[in-house]
Amino acid sequence: MLRVNLILILLVVASALGTVSSNYRARRLFTDLEREQARMHSLEVEWGQLQLEQSTWATPARIEKIARDKLHMKQPGAGQVITIEAVP
Amino acid sequence: MKFANSPLLSQRLPAWRSRLLLLGILSGFAVLAGWSIYLQGFNSAFLQEKGAQRYSRVIEMSATRGRIMDRNGEVLAVSTPVKSIWAIPEDAKLQPAQVYRLAHLLEMNVRELNRKLAGNRDFVYLERQIPPDVAARVMALDLPGIHDQPEYRRYYPSGEVSAHVLGFTGADDVGQEGVELAFQSTLAGKSGSRRVIKDRRGHIVEDVDSIRLPQDGKDVVLALDDKIQYLAYANLRQAVIDNKAKAGSIVVLDAKTGEVLALANMPTYNPNNRAKLTGAQLRNRAITDTFEPGSTMKPFTIALALDKGKFRFDSRIQTAPGWLTIGTATIHDSEPHGMLTVAQVIQKSSNIGAAKIALTLPAEEMWDNFERLGFGHPLKLGFPGEVGGRVRPYKNWRPIEQATMAYGNGISVTLMQLAHAYLVFARNGDLIPLSLTKLDAPPLSGKPVFTEQTAHEVRAMLEMVLQPGGTAPKAQVPGYRVAGKTGTAHKVEGGIYVNRYVASFVGFAPASDPRLVIAVMIDEPSAGSYYGGDVAAPVFSKVMAGSLRDLGVAPDAPQPPLQALTAKPPLVREGT
Repeated sequence: MLRVNLILILLVVASALGTVSSNYRARRLFTDLEREQARMHSLEVEWGQLQLEQSTWATPARIEKIARDKLHMKQPGAGQVITIEAVP
Repeated sequence: MKFANSPLLSQRLPAWRSRLLLLGILSGFAVLAGWSIYLQGFNSAFLQEKGAQRYSRVIEMSATRGRIMDRNGEVLAVSTPVKSIWAIPEDAKLQPAQVYRLAHLLEMNVRELNRKLAGNRDFVYLERQIPPDVAARVMALDLPGIHDQPEYRRYYPSGEVSAHVLGFTGADDVGQEGVELAFQSTLAGKSGSRRVIKDRRGHIVEDVDSIRLPQDGKDVVLALDDKIQYLAYANLRQAVIDNKAKAGSIVVLDAKTGEVLALANMPTYNPNNRAKLTGAQLRNRAITDTFEPGSTMKPFTIALALDKGKFRFDSRIQTAPGWLTIGTATIHDSEPHGMLTVAQVIQKSSNIGAAKIALTLPAEEMWDNFERLGFGHPLKLGFPGEVGGRVRPYKNWRPIEQATMAYGNGISVTLMQLAHAYLVFARNGDLIPLSLTKLDAPPLSGKPVFTEQTAHEVRAMLEMVLQPGGTAPKAQVPGYRVAGKTGTAHKVEGGIYVNRYVASFVGFAPASDPRLVIAVMIDEPSAGSYYGGDVAAPVFSKVMAGSLRDLGVAPDAPQPPLQALTAKPPLVREGT
């Protein structure tokens, strides 16, 4: 009888310790998840800012100015364009 | 002495003393029981809440507003988080060195910062909407009484170019104008909240439940084409400046799908910096302002007459001697033309020819024609302040009014309506609804207004307008066949025609298979010429040329001989 009780007590203690440790691990994992979510959010923010920056650099006004003034480009005249028929 | 033998025990005590003691103890228990019932039964919700407050927190989860993009995915409006720095002046007792460092980070004058901190208010913004990294450095100084607060700020990379289409949002991220207002419910995000358990150091250790999940706003993809929009804006702006005009508008439509590819107005504003806004800058004129269109209306009445079989394109109409009296009023042509065909009435823009054609039609049919072309009703694009113009009921039209309406007087339209109505000629006589957003597939079929044959005949007449002898040779686009119509209308002020003008041009290209419809309106050009063919047509030509090239539309006009290229093939070194 005593032996059965001892085994049961050991099992109870082991299960209690297991609960504690799994709870601890769950919280650790949750913190990791939190951190990754925060990182995701900050990356999203950064992406938005980069898009904004890209859009600002790529405004047609700026491109036209650089093409004309810096690179001395100009539009081809009507007689300088050949249209090629697409072959099906 | 033994306790049992104590003489005190033999002393007789009054019975009330023990009863009093018992009563006291009992009442003590009663109070305890009552108190516990009070705490457990009546007050437990409050107490549990107080307990939960020690460890559980409800966190607001903000949602971002959706982006606005053009048809090619270029970002036109995007929200990005910023921080506002605020202070409680009473708590902010700073050393001069600290004030100096803070002012340096905020790029502020030290004196101004001191003035803000010296006020006796409870709360003061030091700087609003600064980049998060700057705010982080400010908070790293760890100054007393200085706090930060997250906010969102909306940026518009294209600035004034597409200001009227996009509109802007107010301080609380709610759309106030343009697409921002029209698509508010789509763009707006719904912030959420969740309950968590926090430890002593403020770390979240457990997620209890989500009260509401945050929903980010959805992106809106407009039909707008960033490059065409820029072309339209830049050329319109130049024309308004060159002609010393009061205002101007331009609209570019895709004739195949009814999508609005560009919409620009002058004067405009920079949505990123709205410090000094005036009402005139805010007006989205192409949609909210009506004007008497003038001769750009002629093709509609003439198309109706062709459709009803009253005239053929080569029927002859006498317009001599250059004026015509109807009732008590007399109408004029800008110069006498003599005998004209119907096609020439369009080409030379003869008011008398158009009036004579209109007078052969019943008023009701003409009115019905205007209705079916969408005049008199707002287009319902979803923009704030859309108006429908004015087409008076036909029952009280007098003959002179019917005659003048044929050439666009006594009727008012918006530029967008006019461009929309020209879709019937750019298409095969049918009208499709306009769309601000990018469409996955073009509308299957439109609402027929004219027969296909009529539409093609009018298209040919409109092509003549740009040829020698027409009113708008300046609208020509090298390499393409273009069709269009000029308009030059006196403005009406207080019911009287005054000597100020609205010059307009509406046209489409390539005429063999129209792809784009462009409408240009210049309000009060005052640097010499005020004719649509001189003022508005060149804008049309430049925007059309650039847009067709941008879209890669094949030229349909006979190509001129090549200039720069030689017959010799380029030298290529073969192999090594």
